[in-house]
Amino acid sequence: MTSMTVGNTAMQRPTDATATGAAVDIDQVAVRFHTKKKDVTALTDVSLRIEPGEFVSIVGASGCGKSTLLKLVSGLLRPSSGQVRLHGEEVRGPRRDIGYVFQRAALLEWRTARRNILIQAEMRRMPKTQARQRVEELIAMTGLTGFEDAYPNELSGGMQQRVALCRALLHRPPVLLMDEPFGALDALTREQMNVELRRIWRETGTTVLLVTHSIAEAVYLADRVIVMTPRPGTVAEVINVDLPVERDYGQTMAAPEFARATGRIRDLLGATTTAE
Amino acid sequence: MAAQSTIEQRERPASPSGPTSTARRPAGAGTTVARFVRKTWRPAAVLVAIFVVWWAVTAANLVKPYLVPSPGRTLDVVLAQSGYFAHHTWITSYETVLGFAIAIAVGVLSAVVMVYSPTIEKSLYPLLLFAQVIPKIAIAPLFIVWLGFGLTPKIVVAVLMAFFPIVISTVTGLKSIDPEMLQLSATMGAGPAQTFRKIRFPAALPHLFAGLKVAATMAVTGAVVGEFVGANEGLGYVILQANGNLDTPMLFAGLLIMSLLGVVLFVVVELLEYFVLPWHASRRTDAVTTSL
Ligand SMILES: Nc1ncnc2c1ncn2[C@@H]1O[C@H](COP(=O)(O)OP(=O)(O)O)[C@@H](O)[C@H]1O
Ligand SMILES: [Mg+2]
Repeated sequence: MTSMTVGNTAMQRPTDATATGAAVDIDQVAVRFHTKKKDVTALTDVSLRIEPGEFVSIVGASGCGKSTLLKLVSGLLRPSSGQVRLHGEEVRGPRRDIGYVFQRAALLEWRTARRNILIQAEMRRMPKTQARQRVEELIAMTGLTGFEDAYPNELSGGMQQRVALCRALLHRPPVLLMDEPFGALDALTREQMNVELRRIWRETGTTVLLVTHSIAEAVYLADRVIVMTPRPGTVAEVINVDLPVERDYGQTMAAPEFARATGRIRDLLGATTTAE
Repeated sequence: MAAQSTIEQRERPASPSGPTSTARRPAGAGTTVARFVRKTWRPAAVLVAIFVVWWAVTAANLVKPYLVPSPGRTLDVVLAQSGYFAHHTWITSYETVLGFAIAIAVGVLSAVVMVYSPTIEKSLYPLLLFAQVIPKIAIAPLFIVWLGFGLTPKIVVAVLMAFFPIVISTVTGLKSIDPEMLQLSATMGAGPAQTFRKIRFPAALPHLFAGLKVAATMAVTGAVVGEFVGANEGLGYVILQANGNLDTPMLFAGLLIMSLLGVVLFVVVELLEYFVLPWHASRRTDAVTTSL
C-alpha cells in the first residue's frame, strides 16, 4: 500500500519531489451547502496540485472554506462539482490513507495518552506489537515521553495536540491534514510546536496540508502558502516560500524572504477583507 | 491522618520525568472508597441530625405518640416483626431491581435505535412522552386487570417509571459526541459498530449514569405504586395495612425501609459509576475539593 512506502526518510527534500504524480489533485472543485435557511457556496473553482512530501499552508478569512477544503481531501465531504484525487485515485468516501488533526484535540477522555494514540491502530486492526512499537516511536518523536499514562484532562493544550498528532501519524499516512491545530495554544507553545512540526514533517516525509490563521506559522512551515478569497472561497494566490529547508526559528523570522512572503500574504488578506 | 495521606497520594504527579506535569493516575479501589467516604460523611451527619430531632420531639412529648411514634418504638416494631418486614422488603426489592434492570435494557436499546434512526426517533418520541406523562397511579389498575394480581404488574410500573430518564439521558449522551470525533473515526476506517463500541457509547456513559441515578429512585416508587393498587405483599401493602389500622409505628417503619431501599439502590449505582468511570468521577471530586 502507498501508506507503507513513506518511511522516515530523514533528509527528504520535498521541493525536489517534482511531477511524479500529485499527492493531492483538486480539479475545478465547487462546494455548495443547502440548508433550510439559505444555500451557501463555500468553494468555487478551486484547483490545486500538491506534490508528494510537500508542506502547504492554507490561509484565508474565517468562513472562506478552508475546513471544507480539507474535508474534501479526506473524503468526509463530496464536492458539488469537480474532482478530488489522492495519489491519482478519485476520492469517493472517507479515506483511510490520511491523518487528521483538528483544532480541538478530540481525545477520548477515558483513555490515557498512549491508548488515545492506539485507537488508530485498534480501528485499523493493526497487529498489536507493531502498533505498540510505533506508538513508542511517536511518543519519543513528539516529546510526549513521561506523559504516556496521563489522561487528557491532565495534559496541557500543547501536550493534547501532540497526542492528536501522534494518533494522526500512527499509520504513516502519506497525507496529513491539519485544521488550525495550534489555534488554541498560547504564542510560546505555538512557536515550539511549529518548530517541532517542521522537524517531524522532515522526519516522516508526509505531505502536509495545514490550515492556519497565523501568517508567520504558515510561512515558517510551508513550501507554499495558498491564500484564499473570502466566501465563496477560491484561490487568490499561491505564494512560493523561498526559505532554506533547514529553518532555524529566529533566523527565519529575520530573513528578508520571510518578510516578503508574510508581507505579500498580509496585503492579500487585507485587500480581500476590506473588499468584503 | 488518614485523610491527609490520601490527599497527598492523589496529588503526587504520575510522571516524575515530566516536571511541569500535574498528571495524576486514576485512583485505585482503595482511594475510591476513601474518597466516597469523604464525600458521604456530610449527608450522613445530616441524616443523624434528623433522627436526633425526631427523637427529641417524641421524647419531649411535643406530639402525640399515635401521630408520630418515637424512633425507639419504630425500631421495636421492626425488630419484633423482623420476619414479616424481611419478606415484604424482599418482595419490593425484587420488583424494584428487576424493573430497574429491564428499564436499563429497554431504555438503552431504544435510545441507541433512536439516535441512529431519526425516523424511528420522530415516531417513537410522542409515544415515549405519552408513557411518561400518564400518571402511573392511574394506569396501574389496568395492569392489574391485564397481568393479574402477582408481581408482574408491579414490575411493569417500575419499568415505566424508570425507563424515561434512562432513554433521555442515553439519547443526550450519545448525541453529545464531538462530531469531529466521529469524522476522525471514519478516517480510521472504523465501521459503525466499532465507532459505537469504542467511542460513542463510552462517551455517553456519564450522561447514562446521571439518568440511572434518577431511574433507580423512580423504580422504587414504581414498585410501591404498583403495590398500592392491588397487592397482598410488599412494602406498599405493609403501608396500606398500617394506614388502615392507624398503626403509625408500622407505617413509619414501612416508610423508612422503603426510603432505605431507594437510597441503597442509588448508592449502588453511584459506586458503580465510581468504578466504571474513574476518569469522570475523579475530575468531579477534584472540583469539589478545590471548592472547599
Ligand atoms: N455542513 C455545513 N452545512 C452548511 N454550511 C456549512 C457547512 N459546513 C460549512 N458551511 C459553511 O461553509 C462556509 C465555509 O466553512 P468552513 O470551511 O468551515 O470555513 P473556514 O474553515 O474557512 O472558516 C461557511 O460559511 C460555513 O458556514
Ligand atoms: Mg475552519
